[in-house]
Amino acid sequence: MKGIRPGVWLAALVLVLLVAAALAPHLFTGQDPLAVDSARTLQPPSAEHLLGTDENGRDVYSRIVFGTRTSLLLGFGAIAIALVGGGLLGVLAGLGNRFVEGLIMRLSDVGLAFPELLLALVVITVAGGGTWNALVAIGVANIPNYARVVRAQTLSIRRSTYVEAAHALGLSGPRVVLRHVLPNAVKPVLILATIGVGTALVAGSALSFLGLGTPPPEPEWGSMLSTARNFISRAWWYGVFPGAAITLTVISVTVVGRWLRLRSEGRTS
Amino acid sequence: MNRVLRLIGWRLLAGAGVLWGAATLSFLVIQFTPGDPAQAIVGGENAAPTPEVIAQVTREYGLDRPWYEQYLSHLGRVLHGDLGTSYRLHEPVTQAIGEQAGATVELALAAAVVALTLSVAVALATARRRRWVRGAASGAELLVASTPSFWLGILLLTVFSFGLRILPATGSHGFRSLILPAFALALPIAGVLGHVLREALEEVLEEPFIVSARTRGLADLTVRLRHALRHALTPLVTMSGYWVGALLGGAVITETLFTRQGIGRLLISAVDAKDLPVVLGVVLLSAGIYVLVNLVVDLLYLVIDPRLREVPAAAGRVVEGAA
Amino acid sequence: MTAVLRVENLRIGFGAGTVVDGISFEVRRGECLALVGESGSGKSVTARTLVGLTGDGATVRADALTFDGRDLTRLRERDWRAIRGGRIGFVLQDALVSLDPLRRVGKEIDEVLAAHTPLSRRARAERIAELLAQVGVPEPGLRARQLPHELSGGLRQRALIATAIAGEPELIIADEPTTALDVTVQAQVLDLLAKLKSEDRSLLIISHDLAVVSRLADRVAVMKDGRIVEQGPVHQVLRAPAHDYTRSLLAAIPAEHTKGTRLSGTPAPPGERRPPGDVVIRVDAVTKSFRGPDGVARQAVRDVSFTLRAAETVGIVGESGSGKTTTARIALGLTEPDSGSVQVGGQAWSEVTGRDRRALRRSVQVVYQDPLASFDPRYTVAKVLDEALAVAAVPRERRRDRAVELLELVGLDARHLPRRPLQLSGGQRQRVAVARALAPRPAVIVCDEPVSALDVSVQAQVLDLLDDVQRRTGVAYLFISHDLGVVHHACDRVLVMKDGQVVEQGPVETVFTSPEHPYTRELIAAIPRLTAA
Repeated sequence: MKGIRPGVWLAALVLVLLVAAALAPHLFTGQDPLAVDSARTLQPPSAEHLLGTDENGRDVYSRIVFGTRTSLLLGFGAIAIALVGGGLLGVLAGLGNRFVEGLIMRLSDVGLAFPELLLALVVITVAGGGTWNALVAIGVANIPNYARVVRAQTLSIRRSTYVEAAHALGLSGPRVVLRHVLPNAVKPVLILATIGVGTALVAGSALSFLGLGTPPPEPEWGSMLSTARNFISRAWWYGVFPGAAITLTVISVTVVGRWLRLRSEGRTS
Repeated sequence: MNRVLRLIGWRLLAGAGVLWGAATLSFLVIQFTPGDPAQAIVGGENAAPTPEVIAQVTREYGLDRPWYEQYLSHLGRVLHGDLGTSYRLHEPVTQAIGEQAGATVELALAAAVVALTLSVAVALATARRRRWVRGAASGAELLVASTPSFWLGILLLTVFSFGLRILPATGSHGFRSLILPAFALALPIAGVLGHVLREALEEVLEEPFIVSARTRGLADLTVRLRHALRHALTPLVTMSGYWVGALLGGAVITETLFTRQGIGRLLISAVDAKDLPVVLGVVLLSAGIYVLVNLVVDLLYLVIDPRLREVPAAAGRVVEGAA
Repeated sequence: MTAVLRVENLRIGFGAGTVVDGISFEVRRGECLALVGESGSGKSVTARTLVGLTGDGATVRADALTFDGRDLTRLRERDWRAIRGGRIGFVLQDALVSLDPLRRVGKEIDEVLAAHTPLSRRARAERIAELLAQVGVPEPGLRARQLPHELSGGLRQRALIATAIAGEPELIIADEPTTALDVTVQAQVLDLLAKLKSEDRSLLIISHDLAVVSRLADRVAVMKDGRIVEQGPVHQVLRAPAHDYTRSLLAAIPAEHTKGTRLSGTPAPPGERRPPGDVVIRVDAVTKSFRGPDGVARQAVRDVSFTLRAAETVGIVGESGSGKTTTARIALGLTEPDSGSVQVGGQAWSEVTGRDRRALRRSVQVVYQDPLASFDPRYTVAKVLDEALAVAAVPRERRRDRAVELLELVGLDARHLPRRPLQLSGGQRQRVAVARALAPRPAVIVCDEPVSALDVSVQAQVLDLLDDVQRRTGVAYLFISHDLGVVHHACDRVLVMKDGQVVEQGPVETVFTSPEHPYTRELIAAIPRLTAA
């Protein structure tokens, strides 16, 4: 594993810590993220409250730690939905006949016409807000994109020389698909999805910021910022740190994803 | 030229198809919203409309007729630009959107200009330069691209409105009130565009025809502007879907954060009040903008890449993908 | 004669690696010097260094590097700009990628004129037409307004040469100026370059092809691994090469006189060549049309018939677009002909489907031009061969031994099993491709430009290998190539294709020594030969 830049190591380390915080937040903080202390509202960072307190005197640091689970869940969950849905449709389109391909691609054209956030807002208007609805909404909104990428990938592999070579050897059609087309199509899409996790996480917290995702008092980075914006003039720390958590997470995911992409393309640097 | 016209014709047809799909989708949403569609239209299960209102909606939307008649009349209404009536605002959806459109267009255009200028300038200045220059540029791009606009907005407010007190925190009147929202909306987009543009430029600058141009004695800046930029713009144009989504979605957030007027605020209040006609109206509008932008993009391709003017319509699809 | 360009002890390095290791040469006024070498010899880097475009992170050192008496090592960027295009013209290979695909041809020439001449806009427009006419582009006014892809390969290359001479440079550097061109076009471009050489204009040609160079150059310098191993007048170097490397390079070039000999200097396996056996493939009057991008159907292959016997090699030769690859795919059963039939061992492709068709596929195998693209990127050599053997119904426990046998047959061994194709050299990859093709014990291997992407010394090894394999197994080859020298060397019989039709076929000796069709004559006349100019 030599030749990996320190930035990539750092990003991977941050990701490991984030996943740990999502699984076992108690390891990172001793304070209750929901504990209200009306005597200590909007306190600046101190030894007791590392990142200060919010308008209800709750510890901002422990709320960020406990918010990790929801935020990561939104990012990874939404992309998982997009991957499964988009992957199935994309493979069908890439392998199917002209009719199947045309149908799926025209449907995805329609889907792509709606911005992710707006499509999510329709789902929420109909089905109501909340973490899970936001997750499904963002996941569904991403399906057309992944369907396109998977189809393009499948098609380009189907036309590659090594697939022709496999046919020339006498391998049957389904075998060629199982052995050569699908395995080679999966990897680049998974790598793309890694980077997509960051975008989905931002979309999820944006919904919470708009008051349509994770409802208070449950800690979530976007909804923390939603309240924090009312106290910008009095408590800078409240508006700064939850957002920093989002950005840090997105950067880490992106750095690791890009490194995976470079490596798979054989140009690690 | 004949082929150009045919390409445009095909694209118009495809755009019409997408809009038809979008209208169908909005119809399905109304139909399959749990409970009585009339109830859904006037604000979901929590609303308490009078029986007269329900009767009016049922009549207006033809909810007592068979589904295919409803579907056709729904398409007919959309085709005429009738997006229904907002039950929160008691006015036609088109009118409600029209009143708010100006502010949003202003914001989106300002942000687009900022994002484009920044990303093109930074990419041109840093592509294939010294290692540390590229490192710094790519780090800055990654940072702003990973910063959600709602947080960036809070940071800008903290510094410029409440710290330095030089720019207003809210409002939608005048140029000064536009600066912070425009940058909050533009910077994350500029980060993404800059990254794509710089990668494209670095690739193009390796091409033999660039070496060829250099061997003719052209200055570096001339090579970049005259030969490389045109090639590198293609992926930027290809990402039009991302552009539209990021600007519209971002406008929703920025308008909320900076309490600006606009379609975004209208949309969020409609979602809160379960004012379905307004929500679907805005979404249909955004699909319309997407289709329009895509048409413009196809024409832009023809300007950027004259080779496409000679291939038949179907081959225009070569340039898609990489969304 | 005075030297226009003088290079003394030039060293070029990237990071810790050295790519050019102390070379010295000079180009005299009015002469043509050729720098010849295989890939990685450092010849292209040298050429770029002469115009100050070595590349990022390069260190360039030289005891002397002077052009027309000026020290090139001391130039600043703006001084370079006056020299590039103005005093040294540069022609890169393959004008399709060396001319900006989005700009009109005339604009590219205009760029040079605007930078290096005081001409007005109108005068420049006239000059562009003059220049295009000078390099032999018909209808120069029209062509100047076209995009590179609208021009044929030969015209593009001419237009590129026009950009190089537009600034009236004293020296023209041409880096592989004819490599991407068909053989007849190649001959025309070489003639054009020869005409450009004059009293006050010198030429430096970079090439991998000694034969091309012999047609044009006065003197030649042979490069290997960053050094010049030999230089001198062309006739001397070609007739009496002093260095072993030059000798092996010359011996490796397949041509008329190399037929039946070894190219790579390795001994032939014992035993006589087998006489041709039974017919293994019979292609009967096949025709195939494709719909072009303009929606008009074009006949790619028209009424092509031939037979191929066991232990025989039949070549299909033709220029790009002649239909030779489509013919190969039809023979492989991968493309269905519109009419006509292909019989493999007495069985027609059109009569078998499903399992039987797959079984029939084992009899006809294929080796591609780019072996790397023909392997699944995730597979190791072991897996590539295992898959091929599994299809051929070799029981699992026998496969590894059989894979090693195959590798040994192609000059590799068990150590190569765990490698990935990416970790092998170009020649090794092609050997693995041959091994895979042999796995199902086929009657025929279709070789589609199998050596076109290889350096001449590696090409020699692969051609010798194909010969060995045929002697040992009696496999028949259908050998597709654009290189007449290779075809002459490797084939027993040959089909000459043009525009989808076979214009002439027969034994190689007959076709090459007394061609009947005018096109064949033109092709053969255009073959670059190793004769000193």
